[in-house]
Amino acid sequence: MAEVLVVVEASQASGVKKVTLEMLTIARTLGSPSAVVFGDAAALAGKLGEYGAEKIYAASGDDVENYLVAPKATAVAELIRSVQPAAVLLGSTQEGKEIAGRLAVKLDNGLLVDAVEVAADGTATQVVFAGSTIVKSKVTKGLPIITIRPNSVTPAPQPATPAVEQLTVAVTEADKLTKVVERVAEQKGSRPELSEASIVVSGGRGVGNADNFKLVEETADLLGAAVGASRAAVDSGYYPHQFQVGQTGKTVSPQLYLALGISGAIQHRAGMQTSKTIVAVNKDPEAPIFELADFGVVGDLFKVVPQANDEIRKRK
Amino acid sequence: MNIVVLVKQVPDSGAERTLSAGDNTVERSSANNVINEMDEYAIEEALKIKEAHGGEVTVLTMGPERATESIRKALSMGPDKAVHITDEALHGSCAVATSKVLAAALGTLNADLILCGAESTDGRVQVMPHMLAERLGVAALTGARKLTVDGSQLTAERQTDEGYEVVTAATPAVVSVWDTINEPRYPSFKGIMAAKKKPVQTLTLAELGVAADEVGFAGATSAVVEFAKRPPRSAGTKITDEGAAGEQLVAYLAAEKFV
Repeated sequence: MAEVLVVVEASQASGVKKVTLEMLTIARTLGSPSAVVFGDAAALAGKLGEYGAEKIYAASGDDVENYLVAPKATAVAELIRSVQPAAVLLGSTQEGKEIAGRLAVKLDNGLLVDAVEVAADGTATQVVFAGSTIVKSKVTKGLPIITIRPNSVTPAPQPATPAVEQLTVAVTEADKLTKVVERVAEQKGSRPELSEASIVVSGGRGVGNADNFKLVEETADLLGAAVGASRAAVDSGYYPHQFQVGQTGKTVSPQLYLALGISGAIQHRAGMQTSKTIVAVNKDPEAPIFELADFGVVGDLFKVVPQANDEIRKRK
Repeated sequence: MNIVVLVKQVPDSGAERTLSAGDNTVERSSANNVINEMDEYAIEEALKIKEAHGGEVTVLTMGPERATESIRKALSMGPDKAVHITDEALHGSCAVATSKVLAAALGTLNADLILCGAESTDGRVQVMPHMLAERLGVAALTGARKLTVDGSQLTAERQTDEGYEVVTAATPAVVSVWDTINEPRYPSFKGIMAAKKKPVQTLTLAELGVAADEVGFAGATSAVVEFAKRPPRSAGTKITDEGAAGEQLVAYLAAEKFV
C-alpha cells in the first residue's frame, strides 16, 4: 500500500496535537500512514504509533527549525520525490497551510485547504462561506495535498510500531531568508487549545469589560473548555486576538459552543457555525445567535452565568 | 522604499455568498464586491512605512474588469498608482496559477516590500504570500501583528497558537498582516478625488508572458466537483430568564452529557 505522508502538528507543551491524530485516522483510509516530524521524534513516536503511524520521518536541526516554514517545505518536497506517496495531509494551521502552499509551487501540484473529510479517491469536503455551503473538490494535477481542519473526525487508535528514519535535508540559502529569532509562549494555563477543544465558551460585547471575562473563564474551566471571544470583544480590548472566533480569527467546530453576550453577526457565525451543539445567553431576544442556538437563554448573563457556574459545581 | 500592496476584490462577507451553478467558481457578478478587508490593513501599513521612510506605494490586483472599483477605493486611501492584471483567460484560476501570474507581474515592479492581507474572506486559503516568496526567491514574513522597518531589515511579530514568534529578514520580502496590526484610515474627500486621476496600468497575460493555458480552467491544479447549500441550523429551545435560567441551562448541558 502506498504511503500517505502526515505532517505532524505538535507543540512542546502538549506534544502531538489532536489534529495530527485526526490526520492519521484519515490517512489510514488512503494508504499506509507515515508521520513527518520536525524536531524530536522520540518524544512523539509513542502517540503517533498508537494512532497508526507505520513509519516516522524526522528532520531536525537549526537549519530546519530556526527558519520560517521554507526549510520544512523543502524537506517534505524531497520526501515526496523519493517515496512517491499517495497523498500528503497537513493541519489547517497557519504553518500547515504555508508548507502546503510552498509544496504546491515546488511540485507544480494542486492543493486543497480546510478539508473536513477526505474520501478514498482523494475528494475533499470543505465547508465554505461562513458555514453556508458544502463543497467537494479534487486535486487535478499531481498528488492530493490536503490540509485538514481540526475537529473534523474522531481520532481512532490503531496501534503500530513505527521505525524512525532520520532525514538529511538539503536546506538552500533561499530557504533561510526568514529567521525565527524568538518564540514566546504566552500564558494560557491548562486550558485546551481553541481550535482543538471539544467545548468552547466564548464572550462577546455583552461581557462589558476585560475584567468580566473572568466569568467566561470560570465557566470554561468548570467545563474543561477553551475560551473564545467575538471580534467585538477583541476590538474593545476585552480579550486577546489569538482567541478570536470568526471571519478574521479562528474557525472552531467543537461538540459544544457556549456563546455568552454574543449577538451572532455573520462574521462570528463564520467561525462557529459547524459546532455540534450551540448554547447562547443574550439579553436581546432578537439577537441572531438564537437562530442557530440549540438552547437559548434570553437574560442577563451576569445573573444567568454565575447561577449556571454554581449549578455545575453542585453537580460535579 | 518601493512597496507593492496586493489587493483582492471579494464578495462582501457580510452578505449571502454562493458559487456559480455553471462553473463552480465564486459568484461575483451578482455579489456586492468589496476590497478584501484584511488588505486594507496592508494598504495602511504600506502608507505608514512610506510616510516614515519615503518611497512609493503601488496597488496590484488580479481580477475582472469590475475590480477597477476596488482599485479606485484602494487608491483613495493614499497609494500612488495601481497595476490591474485582467484577462478573460484568468477566470477559474487556482491558487497555484494565480501565484504564477502575480509573480510575473511582481517581477516587473521591482518591489522592496510586498504587503498583503493574511487571508482573503472568500477562499481563506492563506497560501499566497509563501507561494509568491517561493516563486520569487524572496523572504516571507507571514501573519504579522507588528512590523518594524529598519533600513533594509524587517522584523515582524507573528501570532502563533502558543504565543508569538519574532521573525526577521532583509528586503526584498513578502509580508502578510493580520487586522491587529493597525487601524486603516478612511479615505478623505480629497483622497477620493485624487484617486480618480491616479495612474492604473492594465496588464494582460500576453504582456506578462504567461500562456493562457497555464491559468484559468485549462491550467487549474484543482477543481470543485460539486457544491450544495448546507441545511441551515434550526433554532431549538429558547427560554426567558425568570430567575432559574442558569439552572435550566445546566440541566440542558447535563442532558446532553456535557456536565
